[in-house]
Amino acid sequence: MLDTVLDKVFKALGDPSRRQLLDRLHADNGQTLGELCAHLDMTRQAVTQHLGVLEAANLVVTSWRGREKLHFLNPVPLHEIYERWIRKFERQRLRALHDLKKRLEGDGDE
Amino acid sequence: MSKSKFVYVTYIAAKPEQIWKALLDAQFTRQYWGHDNVSDWKPGSAWEHRANDDAHTLKLVGKVVESTPPRRLELTWASPADAADTARHSRVTFELAAIEDMTRLTVTHDELDAEMLRGITEGWPRVLSSLKSLLETGRPLPTWAQKAA
Repeated sequence: MLDTVLDKVFKALGDPSRRQLLDRLHADNGQTLGELCAHLDMTRQAVTQHLGVLEAANLVVTSWRGREKLHFLNPVPLHEIYERWIRKFERQRLRALHDLKKRLEGDGDE
Repeated sequence: MSKSKFVYVTYIAAKPEQIWKALLDAQFTRQYWGHDNVSDWKPGSAWEHRANDDAHTLKLVGKVVESTPPRRLELTWASPADAADTARHSRVTFELAAIEDMTRLTVTHDELDAEMLRGITEGWPRVLSSLKSLLETGRPLPTWAQKAA
């Protein structure tokens, strides 16, 4: 992945509202703007702006169903980050550390 | 229950013709997908997705709905057990568009039931990342081969 593309992905992910939008799409993929707004404590304008940043980073893609514009989570750039930054750092050990942290902190939150 | 749909997009530094060939030609798919896609790729023809193992195991079947090289390929997509039950066939559409010196590859997988959904949500990002890596660097990602082993 070109660095400029990666920059956009990391910048898009560096905001809790945008991560929340991705979580909403992960839970229920292919939503309209209205459906996304209904579950979030954000103005429609803010959601539109955040979706624009996510689309520019290719983390969200849109597709039309009749006159409805549906938003889909596109996990391909996340997979590329995983390949570039995570997989090579030995997944098994990372998982063991992650499990240990979860046990010590005593919550099931990812 | 409504059936699910997924849309995957990746930008690859290659020409649409190269990507088209890489999607259909078993010599390529074997390298980045670990499987062969087998068909004459004419509309109405059957296509098969076979593992690159000794038994050449049949993994997926379907029909070619549309083939417009190098822009649009639409396939039906089903597990071999559901070959006769077209109500359980999902649909995969590949769309390729040249953008400057890159190609935007969109893979839309819809008409998905819950069972097929589980199989693909992890699969497509890995396949597309591996395809991109093969075309841009000459090396596929090792994940697919390891996963199949």
